[in-house]
Order: sequence, then C-alpha cells, then structure tokens
Amino acid sequence: MVVPLLFIVVYIVAKGAPALTWEFFTENPRRGGIEGGIWPALVGTVYLILISLCISAPIGVLAAVYIEEYAKENWFTRIVNLAVVNLAGVPSIVHGLFGLGAFVYGMQFGKSILAASLTLAIMTLPVIIASTKEALAAVPRSFREACWNVGATRWQTIWHIVLPNSISGILTGVILQVSRTAGETAPVMLTGVATWAIGGDGLFLYNLREQCMSLSMHLFYIRTQASGAKEELSYAIAATLLGVVLLVNASAIVFRIYLRSRKKW
Amino acid sequence: MAPRKKIEVEGLRLRYGGKEVLHGISFDVHENEILGVIGPAQSGKTSLLRCLNRTIEFTPGTQVVGKVVVDGQDVRRITDIYGLRRKIGMVAPLPVGLPLSIYDNVAFAPRAAGNRDKTWLDGHVEKCLRQAALWDEVKDRLDSLGTKLSGGQQQRLTIARALSHEPEILCLDEFSIAIDPVTTMRIEDVLKELKRAMTIILVTNLVQQARRLAARTMFLWNGEIVELDRTEVVFSDSPGDRRTYEYVNGIFG
Repeated sequence: MVVPLLFIVVYIVAKGAPALTWEFFTENPRRGGIEGGIWPALVGTVYLILISLCISAPIGVLAAVYIEEYAKENWFTRIVNLAVVNLAGVPSIVHGLFGLGAFVYGMQFGKSILAASLTLAIMTLPVIIASTKEALAAVPRSFREACWNVGATRWQTIWHIVLPNSISGILTGVILQVSRTAGETAPVMLTGVATWAIGGDGLFLYNLREQCMSLSMHLFYIRTQASGAKEELSYAIAATLLGVVLLVNASAIVFRIYLRSRKKW
Repeated sequence: MAPRKKIEVEGLRLRYGGKEVLHGISFDVHENEILGVIGPAQSGKTSLLRCLNRTIEFTPGTQVVGKVVVDGQDVRRITDIYGLRRKIGMVAPLPVGLPLSIYDNVAFAPRAAGNRDKTWLDGHVEKCLRQAALWDEVKDRLDSLGTKLSGGQQQRLTIARALSHEPEILCLDEFSIAIDPVTTMRIEDVLKELKRAMTIILVTNLVQQARRLAARTMFLWNGEIVELDRTEVVFSDSPGDRRTYEYVNGIFG
C-alpha cells in the first residue's frame, strides 16, 4: 500500500511543482482560472470541512452514545442501526440530490455554504456514528458495571470512564471523514459550490449564505471546462488537495499518539 | 433476641428472556452477619446479588418478580437508586481496576456522589485502602494506574472502592478466584474485621471459605435454596438436605 501512495504523491507533486508558488496559494484565479491562484477554493474547502464537521461530529457522537449506552435493544434500535449502516453506503451524488431538495429548496437556504455543509454533514453522519459505536463498544463492560455498582449514574460512567477511554477511536473515525469531505465534488456541486465565486474582501471571503469555490470542484472545472489551462495547474490543485488531506490525517495521528500515551489500560 | 433483618427477600423470581434463573426464593440476611452463599456455577448466585442493588436492570430482557427489602424498604419502590447502590458495596469475581489512578479509583464513588472536598477525600482514600489491607503497598504511588497493579492488589483495590461509598452491606462475589491463597487469607481477615460495621454476603465456590467465615450458609442450586442454616449445621454430617451434604463434601452430581 505504501508504494502506490508514494507513487501518487510523488507523481502529482512532481507534475504540479512548476505551478506551486506562494502566489498560487494566495491569489484569486484570473481569466477563467487559467491564470492566478486558488485562494478562494482553498478557503471554501476549509469552510466546508469545518462547518460540516461542526454539525456532524457532535450529533454523530451523541447519537452513537445514545444508541450504544442508553437505548434498549428493540425493533426500533434495530431499524436505526440498519439505517445507519445503509445510509453509509448511499452514493454521494444521491446525498447531493437529497441536499438540493431538502436544504437548497426545502429549507430555502439556496445554493450556499450552509446547504453544502449540511449535505456533507448528512453524508458523513452515519460513518461517524458507526465508528463511534465501535469505539464505545471496545470499552469493557466490566468498567461500566464497576461504576454502576458504586452508585454512579449512566452519564457519570460515560463521562468519566467510557468517553476518555474511547476518545482516540472516536477521533479517528471523525477525522477520517475530513478527507472524505475535502474530496467530495458531486454533492457540493449540487448544493453550494460554484465554479466561480471569488467572494468578498477580507480574510473570511464568504458568509454562510453565499456560494463558494472548492478545490475538488476547481480541479474538475480547470480540467474539463477551462480551455488553455496549463497542465501543471491541475496537478498543483490536486497536490494542494492531497496536502490538505494529509495534513489533517497527520495531525490526527499525532493527536492519537498523544491520547494513546495517556490511555490507561 | 432476634437479630435485626438487614435484607429480606421474598419470593424472588428472575427471568432472562424466557428462562427462569431464580425460582421464587425467600431468605433474610441479619445485620452484622456474614452470610455465605455456596452453589455450583449457573445456580443464580451472581444474579441474586445483582437483584439486590438493581444493577440487574442494565441487562436487557430481565424480569424480576417478588420483593427485595433492604432496611425495610422495597428496593423497587426506592427512587434514589444511586443511594441504594451506595448502601451496597459490590465486589466482582474478577478484579476491575478502573482505568484511573489508584487514588481516583477509590475517590470515584465519593466524587460521583458529589463529595469533592480534597482534605476529606485524602483521609477517606487512606481509610478505605487501609481497610482493604492495601495502603502499605501503594501509599507511595497513589498516582499510578490502578490497572497496573497485580491481580491480588487490584482485587483489594476493588474492595477499597466498594468500601469507599461507606456501604452498610458488602457483597463479595467469588472474590478469591483470581488471587493467591495468601492474599485470600489476608482479605478474609479484613472481612472478619469489617463484620462489626457491616452486613456481608459472601458468595463463594470455595465451600471451606464459607465454613471459615460465615455464621449462616445458604446452598443455592439451580435457582432454588436447597438449604439455609447455621454454618455448623450445613457443614455437619447431617444437614437438612442430602444434596447439601453431597455438595459440601464434593460428591455432588
């Protein structure tokens, strides 16, 4: 697995190297994207990742805690579990279409960062629930029973014992979804990402109700729609996208090592 | 003078799904006695203990019929279930050191009950660890992990934790299966000491342990009480039931 990964990374970075300049990252695209940089797309991608995770991570983790720690085993929880598993397998374009209907038109958010982030959140939610459930289930039941026996409430048990001992597994699941969120094109294309949305001035560029650009969409656009773009440009975008994903994953790994070192059994 | 009844169990039936594991048993536990409970595996000893502090409710599909009365109160009418559990200390067969420091293991229950005064906790942790005959071995490393202790030490840590919420009843469920005989004897001495302050239910599959410690012994078999009598009677040559004699002398089945 290391060889293809290295090959992909080296190939893309090498092909894109001539275009990877400081200006490439910090400037707006010009002349339909064939010149200039990718700043708005970079910012847009970060927006989508952060906002969608802020929605899906807390909801997903709490949902998993409820299913795993509180809910009784009955037909209802079985249906919920089945739904979670199946929702995780729904193709992203279908989520996109759902987002278009539910958020863009249904809730009248219009094509916007908000609608796109919500769509991405819905898409990542089942995977976060599933991975969190697994992490919680890995904490031995005897720990919980020991806590209950000394008169701790369910929540005290979860807060002091179960969560601290499953947090590294939970975070792994959450952070893996970052790379998925970063790379998705189809669902955001339908719900809030435009080929051309430079945004306003200042550091934040966009507000929630505006459309934005994203790296994946920009790559798709440069490669298929903009004639005359130099080849290294698209490779440079791909390299940036890879960089964002690898950066997030690397920080996740570092964080996990830190948590593991504090793990107590 | 009749001894005061600490626990009264009346017609207790317990079903897991369709299977009944306790078939309507009735008995009393007197205050400040050690009641030995002996019986083969699967006879319902652990389930019985879990009915006392209502942790049985955490197992899905269980159904409890009958009455368990602790200090004159029906446990199923008790609204402060956490208070009930603090009144009953539980020690499980396998030691469970919570993944916390030794200090936090013992301070967990008082803290969960809302007691956060540092000075009081320090003294209390020491008291509980001393009661469990563990203090001298761990007093210099209270910050190290409870889970890193040896099996015997962890079991004593579990006992210290069970004592940390100042229970009036202590239930020990085969506490000695994971520890060596020397440690077992030390804990048995601890129990003789604790008997003055609390009521102890000692579930054990070492029949001799019940003989050494218990004032009365109950023989539980297949979810029914075969015999409950003074320990001398249960271990005599002529107990009330033939099966008791056979079980105690290892010629059962």
